[in-house]
Amino acid sequence: MRWFSIVLLLILAIVPPVAFITGHAFWMDLFTRLVVLAIAAVALNLILGYGGLVSFGHAAYLGLGAYAVGIPVYHATYGGFDSIASYNGFVHLGIAIAVSAVYALVTGAISLRTRGVNFIMITMAFGQMIFYAIVSLETYGGDDGLTIDVRSEFPGINLDNPLALYGLCYGSLVLVLYLVYRISNSRFGLTLQGARSNEERMRAIGVDCYRYRLTAYVISGVICGYAGFLLGNFTTFISPEMMDWTRSGEIMFMVILGGATYLCGPVIGALVFILLEHLLSEITVYWHLPFGLLLIASVLFLRGGLAGALSNPPWFRKDRSSALASDTSTAASGTATKAPTRADDDV
Amino acid sequence: MILQVSSLCTYYGQSQALFNVNLTIEAGQVAALLGRNGMGKTTTIHSIMGIRTASTGSIQYQGAEISKLASFSIAKLGLGLVPEGRQIFPNLTVRENLVATASNRLGKTNPWTMERVLTMFPSLASRISSMGNLLSGGEQQMLAIGRALMTNPNLLILDDATEGLAPLVRQDIWNALQELKEEGMSILIVDKNLNDLITLADTMTVIEKGVTVWSGDTGTFTREGWVQEKYLSI
Repeated sequence: MRWFSIVLLLILAIVPPVAFITGHAFWMDLFTRLVVLAIAAVALNLILGYGGLVSFGHAAYLGLGAYAVGIPVYHATYGGFDSIASYNGFVHLGIAIAVSAVYALVTGAISLRTRGVNFIMITMAFGQMIFYAIVSLETYGGDDGLTIDVRSEFPGINLDNPLALYGLCYGSLVLVLYLVYRISNSRFGLTLQGARSNEERMRAIGVDCYRYRLTAYVISGVICGYAGFLLGNFTTFISPEMMDWTRSGEIMFMVILGGATYLCGPVIGALVFILLEHLLSEITVYWHLPFGLLLIASVLFLRGGLAGALSNPPWFRKDRSSALASDTSTAASGTATKAPTRADDDV
Repeated sequence: MILQVSSLCTYYGQSQALFNVNLTIEAGQVAALLGRNGMGKTTTIHSIMGIRTASTGSIQYQGAEISKLASFSIAKLGLGLVPEGRQIFPNLTVRENLVATASNRLGKTNPWTMERVLTMFPSLASRISSMGNLLSGGEQQMLAIGRALMTNPNLLILDDATEGLAPLVRQDIWNALQELKEEGMSILIVDKNLNDLITLADTMTVIEKGVTVWSGDTGTFTREGWVQEKYLSI
């Protein structure tokens, strides 16, 4: 799995720029979107895979990050709200991180007092709350969305250049993967994973699981908000649609398809998800049907997602029954026991 | 006195499990909690650790009332629990199980480290990178004890310390507990192997249907054979 992850990251580093240079700009666009959503999925995996927290509202952070670009640019272009009006990328980035952190802290402090289905529902409710709040803001386009006239400006980087934008997104993905790797292998991360398997036991050792989960939730939200900042700069158009609960479902599906608890699982999930979506839509206008069937099959038959299948192929399993017994596919329930492989094996 | 439990009553919903449990542990001593299955031994331990909140009664640890504290707050005061069924974290390796929650909150001068734990349980050293769910029952129990020791507790509580273990492994556990006793660790232990308990423990407390029916030193317990006959024989 480790080598596969390295190869995957090398492919992501080489293929899109080569495609762009050889005149296939479409693939560059596709891969930029893919990498941005992979960052969001890696962020979600921090709490879903390692923490067992099934958040159904993470698309809200994508929207918050994107509007953190759109709103300052709007005011810098059309006037008003001088305190935030700016084309400066650092201002946008600062707003995206700050707003995401505060939103995650407030919603997490409430949501994390619930468990299971209640947690799923409350995170979805918070996400929809933000969705409808943005819809009601007619100044920023409401339901129609808002065009970002000017991309974030950074010294030395021109984000209007697709190659530079992809470089920023790809570099961010690598950094986020490294950050999550370090977190998941730190005592903080180990405690988070231990709490996923047995919270009562963890509390009896002296760990206030709530604080650990809240910290992880905020870190995850901030990373996802950062992905939103990149997404806003990539699409140059933002709308409440990108914060809808269905988008949260897509990010979650990338995590589960790729393999929750595997560091590169969400990247694999995003890659397969985006490519399948594209390829099937080329074949038929009714692409949602085969797409849905493939996704259902992957959940039913791929142990630990695609990363799990790659790290422990079914045809190499010595004891199929015991392997199935330790399936990780119930990670979403928050009570999963893990196969005898490690999440960090793929680093 | 490190722990004093007085008139402890605990409920599971509407159902009362403990009616009047009294228990005292002196610092540096090993206290055994005895009773047949379902008499309330584990509930007593859960009440002490705050896993199950006591309804009435008092639990004093080093003179401070702890009966209403959250379990993580109680553990932080210096109580280390080795639970029934081991409950090691299956998704972490042996090393990770030991270091994830390690702490020396009480600032002990010779704290427990992973090296000390591995010296006490050498069989864990060879499994240091194995996932928790791949260990044998004995190794899991050693790991559970090691994990509790890594929090550097003042009072170690073991629930069904050697349940389901092979005789040789069981002996390793008893040897380790004897070693801990000699180092001055206060221990509260629940186990079904009476002969081993008599060798290790300084005091015995017997509970029957959630009520403390006998307590005293081990010497008196062995002399008064009626206690075993009345409350522990099957």
